[in-house]
Amino acid sequence: MLQANERQDLAERVTDTNTMKRFSRTIQILTISTAGLLCGLLSVASATAAPTAFIHARIIPIAGPEIPDGVLVIEAGKIIAVGSFGDLSIPHDATTIDVTGRVIMPGLICSHSHIGGIGAADGSQPIQPGVRVADSLNVRDSGFKRALAGGLTTLNIMPGSGHLISGQTTYVKLRFADGSPNTIDHLFIRDDAGKALGGLKMANGTNSIREKGPWPGTRGKSAYLVREQLIKAREYQASIDRAAGDAAKLPPYDHHLATLVEVMNGTRIVHHHTHRHDDIMTVLRLASEFHLRVVLHHVSEGWQVAKEIAQAKVPCSVIVIDAPGGKLEAQHLRLETGMILEQAGVRVAFHTDDWITDSRIFNRSAALAVRAGMSRSKALEALTLAGAEMLGLQDRIGSLTPGKDADFVVLSGDPLSNYTQVLETWVEGAKAFDRSNPQDHVYAVGGYGAGHDQSPYYCCFGQGDQQ
Amino acid sequence: MKYRAWLPLSLVLIVAHLTTAVSAQVAIEGELIYTMAGQPITNGVVVIEQGKITAIGAADETPIPAGAKRLQAKIVTPGLIDAHSTVGLSGLLNQPQDQEQLEHSAALQPELRALDAYNAHDRLIRWIRSFGVTTIHTGHAPGELISGQTMIVKTVGNTVDQAMIVPARAVACSLVSAARKSGDKSPGTRGKMMSMLRAELIKAQEYAARCAAAAADGEPKADPPPRDLHLEALVRVLQGELALMVTADRAQDIANALRLAREFEIPVWLDSAAESYLLIDEIKAAKVPVLIHPTMARAAGERENLSLETAAKLVAAGIPVAMQSGYEAYVPKTRVVLFEAGRAAANGLAFEQALGTITINAARILGIENRVGSLEIGKDGDVALYDGDPFEYTTHCIGVVINGRVMPQTPR
Repeated sequence: MLQANERQDLAERVTDTNTMKRFSRTIQILTISTAGLLCGLLSVASATAAPTAFIHARIIPIAGPEIPDGVLVIEAGKIIAVGSFGDLSIPHDATTIDVTGRVIMPGLICSHSHIGGIGAADGSQPIQPGVRVADSLNVRDSGFKRALAGGLTTLNIMPGSGHLISGQTTYVKLRFADGSPNTIDHLFIRDDAGKALGGLKMANGTNSIREKGPWPGTRGKSAYLVREQLIKAREYQASIDRAAGDAAKLPPYDHHLATLVEVMNGTRIVHHHTHRHDDIMTVLRLASEFHLRVVLHHVSEGWQVAKEIAQAKVPCSVIVIDAPGGKLEAQHLRLETGMILEQAGVRVAFHTDDWITDSRIFNRSAALAVRAGMSRSKALEALTLAGAEMLGLQDRIGSLTPGKDADFVVLSGDPLSNYTQVLETWVEGAKAFDRSNPQDHVYAVGGYGAGHDQSPYYCCFGQGDQQ
Repeated sequence: MKYRAWLPLSLVLIVAHLTTAVSAQVAIEGELIYTMAGQPITNGVVVIEQGKITAIGAADETPIPAGAKRLQAKIVTPGLIDAHSTVGLSGLLNQPQDQEQLEHSAALQPELRALDAYNAHDRLIRWIRSFGVTTIHTGHAPGELISGQTMIVKTVGNTVDQAMIVPARAVACSLVSAARKSGDKSPGTRGKMMSMLRAELIKAQEYAARCAAAAADGEPKADPPPRDLHLEALVRVLQGELALMVTADRAQDIANALRLAREFEIPVWLDSAAESYLLIDEIKAAKVPVLIHPTMARAAGERENLSLETAAKLVAAGIPVAMQSGYEAYVPKTRVVLFEAGRAAANGLAFEQALGTITINAARILGIENRVGSLEIGKDGDVALYDGDPFEYTTHCIGVVINGRVMPQTPR
């Protein structure tokens, strides 16, 4: 990352006191995270070397009140300062970009997406925690570009909900600034040890219920099958502990059980599809019994058990749909869910569930929730910071805070307006989507070729109609 | 937010509903009234008596009858029209017992009437009404070469008869992959689809000729053919009484629909038409209207090339365009045309053009402009009330009036 003298140099150039405090925290984070060199270098490589200051934007930092005439300064893929124009001194060597009339907010975070040609667990059995969705992803899928066109910068890509446990999810950053990456690995979000991060997808309710075994035929059987596996994983861990490092005594490695051990020790978050109020309670019961760090996803009937969810201190990733129904479990879905959960004290994020809703209009989910009574500030958090928390990435993304990744969007207007366009999407300090670029525009509005995989031979996007 | 602001009004609406659900006279005062017949009226009034609009104009020039029920709103529009839906047939639960929109026993069934399949109590009807939709063109869904008939109803009524405007309006035809079959079933290809359609229309021509011969004066008197409900429906298409609503997304399928319209001189409506932006000149020359796919339709399958700007491009070319909610097989079980037109307004359509696709222009295409689609004297008292720009995500629909009846409404 940065050398000590460069850090000092950077620090001297940022003179705002508040920013200084935040910046020193940044330095700590940077120092601590030197082990994360691999991903750091990747992002720095495409980011601008000198600082860049975006001036005169209305800034919605999420962390803190909106700034009517704001400045955002980024450098080396990170945010280094956020403040009011005039109050914040801009580094003398900064490139300034005047974005008067624009709105800047953090890159949107979708805590539940299915783009990229997902496929994890197969039809052989209902519980397959060792299978990884990452192994199925096509980095050239046009869905990634549409997500960027919607201002998304981070996704939790999940396998489907047709299994009790359908596999490991993967957290990705849309690092498309240098054109199309060649492999999905380029998008992974890694921890300090370089391990690609993700959660575990679980589901209950009707989706995993089938007519023949080994599949559950009822909800009772569904819960039993999951408990049975978690108990098995607990015993697997106990036998590892008993071996005390003696290889001869170790149980044979089991990648399914090893994954379940991760969810029970809290290092892997469970992302649990659940709609009906009683299914939600089943998840809470399971989480309590096995100490799972769980996020409830969809929660169509969450409004009926909001108090119970709040008491369990479990966050909700909510889907916003244009009409109730379409499946039995969603018949009582309401636009008021966000508002009711918020008022009960539940942490709320939204998600696209793309293809269920279109990533290009993710902001609409928050806006419709506001229409139904949710507060503006919590609705905007639900597109950003709350999602980051649900992925355990709140120290790196989700708000415009010095030290965090320079992931942000430049909007033509208010994020909750139907008429607002995403003009630019920046990922780790590099512009990954630009609406004014014809190649990006076709993904923003569609047109001939927009649905195809992104392919190098499409030299002339936007001219396809004429060819 | 505005939440508090519309609470008093919502109470007024609810109380009003409790006291008198049906009022002989209703006066709607709007800060801005989009009549869709001329310029919008600032600070205007719409007066409805016995279900019909009897006066509309500036507040200071339009007397409100004493005793009329009064409603107020920031923005007032005609009740919205959904130019193509399957609501009432494709029920909210999406379980086999509430899905009546597709009968798979045969590829060609123009004899199936929508009115026999409509559930006036389905909750989705109330749902779309709560956003201002008062009229829907609904019926059999895309998915068989000819899946059945459509009709036009109001989003009100205890029975389909009470909701009815036009019992049969179009025959639904699908030139999409969902209507092509695998194995030894027909139609399996595009060529077979067109061959089956042509053969059936020719059969209907012959049937019509025999009916005409039997009805004609002169000797010897020809016997009328046995009555054939299947061919009768197609004869009504040939005679221009029913439209052939052709769902087609790929450019070649759209071209096929236009060719069919030319060959049989039948009224064709293009439905969905994802790639219609490639054939603007051809569609314009054919004088065919387009019921454009929902703006937020998924860009997948044969719609992979859809553009959010298509409605704007077609309107700019002078092609009649109406917005639809379409058929949804899963979630959401229905879309809401207010939102779909709104997205078009954010992608190149001017505000009033977008509003036109769900009001007057939809009414003209459907042939019901004498009754609905604009706020004019003599038309049905169908009105939608909003607390702001109807296309803004955070605006609420605060009132809906159908046939002069104030519908129960929680601001939504």
